[in-house]
Amino acid sequence: MTNDTISKKKFMEELRRYEKGSVTRRHFLGVTGLGAATAVMGAATPGLRPRPAFAQGIGDRAILATWPNYHDQTNFDAFTDKTGAAVQVNVFGSNEEMLAKLQAGGSGWDVYVPTNYTITTYVDEDLIEPLDLSKLPNYDPAVFDARFSDAGIVDGVVYAVPKNWGTTGMAINTSHNGGKAFDSWKQFFDRTMGDYSGRTMVHDYQLTTIGAALNYHGYSFNSVDEAELADAEKLLIDVKPHLFAITSDYQPAMRSGDAWLTICWTGDGKQLNTDIPEIAFALGKEGGELWSDYYAIPKGAPHKEAAYALINFMLDPEVNAREVLAHGYPVADSRTNALLPEEILNDPILYPAAEKLNALEFGAAATLTDPNRAELLARFKSA
Amino acid sequence: MTQRARNWLLIAPSGALLLVMLVLPLSFVFVFSFGERGPSGGYVPAFTLEQYANLPARWTAFKNTLILAPLGTLAALLIAYPLAYQLAVRTDPKWKTLLLVLVIVPFWTSILIRSYAWIYILGGQGLPALLGSIGIENVRLIYTPFAVTIGIIYGYLPLMVFPIYVALDRLDMRLLEASGDLGARPMTTFLRVTLPLSVPGVATGCMLVFILLMGEFLIPALLGGGKVFFVGNALVDLFLQSRNWAYGSAVAFTLIVIMLITVTIYMRLIARLQTGREDVAVM
Repeated sequence: MTNDTISKKKFMEELRRYEKGSVTRRHFLGVTGLGAATAVMGAATPGLRPRPAFAQGIGDRAILATWPNYHDQTNFDAFTDKTGAAVQVNVFGSNEEMLAKLQAGGSGWDVYVPTNYTITTYVDEDLIEPLDLSKLPNYDPAVFDARFSDAGIVDGVVYAVPKNWGTTGMAINTSHNGGKAFDSWKQFFDRTMGDYSGRTMVHDYQLTTIGAALNYHGYSFNSVDEAELADAEKLLIDVKPHLFAITSDYQPAMRSGDAWLTICWTGDGKQLNTDIPEIAFALGKEGGELWSDYYAIPKGAPHKEAAYALINFMLDPEVNAREVLAHGYPVADSRTNALLPEEILNDPILYPAAEKLNALEFGAAATLTDPNRAELLARFKSA
Repeated sequence: MTQRARNWLLIAPSGALLLVMLVLPLSFVFVFSFGERGPSGGYVPAFTLEQYANLPARWTAFKNTLILAPLGTLAALLIAYPLAYQLAVRTDPKWKTLLLVLVIVPFWTSILIRSYAWIYILGGQGLPALLGSIGIENVRLIYTPFAVTIGIIYGYLPLMVFPIYVALDRLDMRLLEASGDLGARPMTTFLRVTLPLSVPGVATGCMLVFILLMGEFLIPALLGGGKVFFVGNALVDLFLQSRNWAYGSAVAFTLIVIMLITVTIYMRLIARLQTGREDVAVM
């Protein structure tokens, strides 16, 4: 055997990188429900890995259901080196889809990453495990900004611990607008029906797409009022012929230059802006979404000890700081922020000015379960 | 063991499989379609026709599917037939296997990956850029019904080529010679001998492609940019996004009924076409 053949470990790393690259497509996952398929793909991975024996006895794997472009693989590798448990990542397209999988039963996940507004529904539906904090020594409620950690606590019980927070705004290729970004949802939709026609994308996601159309009319991002939803629907139907696509996988088209404008999350905005400086990230002055994501354990998790070990590991400030540098989403943990470089903490995409944040709203639980919003999005897509 | 008992034993495995994998799930779909959506999604038992009454809300999805499925089938047929003909009738036997393998090769890669390749081919940096370099500017291909049609033809072509190839491969060349000897021109021979003899292959290919297309959701979602909506896409959204199992079941059941009716009519037509041509029924 010559030395230039790649090692088994190296090969698996490459394979995982490839898997990550080919499956981190929100839209692709949203429409295919490929979470299950990636679970199958992932299940093949630890079998091929060497299995060292470890004293902790947490098992050989932890299965994580999360969002695309949201982790640093080196952290998972470090976790595996430390505990012997491999992290299998299933990537999802929407909170609705996560809920659908858990409602259907037998998801097989150990850890998942719900967004703030969904947690009460998981508690009501008895799909989420109350956390045993003695197994999470790295969790310290005092270090978290309460705005981004409150939603994990329902009726005094901690069900979920903070992962990241962020905003939903828009990314715009400013080279078609004299170098200037837009600052409102009014501009977003009006220009889409004007000189940006055929160049705009909206998410395939009820919360943000309907929310932006509600903001255009000056209504609450979370409205479930029938008259207000009717106004939002009319706008969306009018805009539809001018859209480039309805997709939550908007990075490729922004990067290729096919699309100039899209609804966008903080981290994607940061990633686009870093690689292509003409692409700016902006918040709508009428409002928009402020969100926080959490780590939680679903009821019936098959590897519960590994789940606790993984969450605790990810809450370690040094691990968490590496995560932020990889994905560009801010954290609520002051211990982690103390480790981050100044330019990240002063980045206007990650940490918008307070007055801009004040205009934003957290998603409301009602939007997740409201049948009218779901139907509205379906009518918009099929129109 | 009697012949009868042996027959039962032989069909037992497939029968059990059909019962568990087909009859049982379909019964669930049927029962669910009369239920209601739970307050936070899922299904609550009920007996209501409300879900069926709501079907018109998905009319566009049904319309798109019922237009694009036959259109895609026809387009695949028009491209597959000459290809299968060339392979079966005109190609030197020593090349046949190689060329057939080339038709199958794309199947070795998932349709997901291949559709992603088309996103880049049809996207701004792909074909439109190439066309731009020869002076045809501002061509928009990706995320249009045209892109979906291309994806469908590409994805389903092998399914159409093979049945037609098999039918043409069994073609008795002496019949073509006889036709020529009797004074028929090549075109007449093709239309009156070759084409009718390949009808079974064409019928099988069309049916395979049409049935699969009626349930297609991936290609419209990936190449249609979420703007070209099929019944398959409506179903994915109903189960994975709005979690309305009752309504989803009603839409699924309606699709099944539409398919049963179309396929029955289609098979009747094909059967009539073949009995009408007993003069060439030598195969």
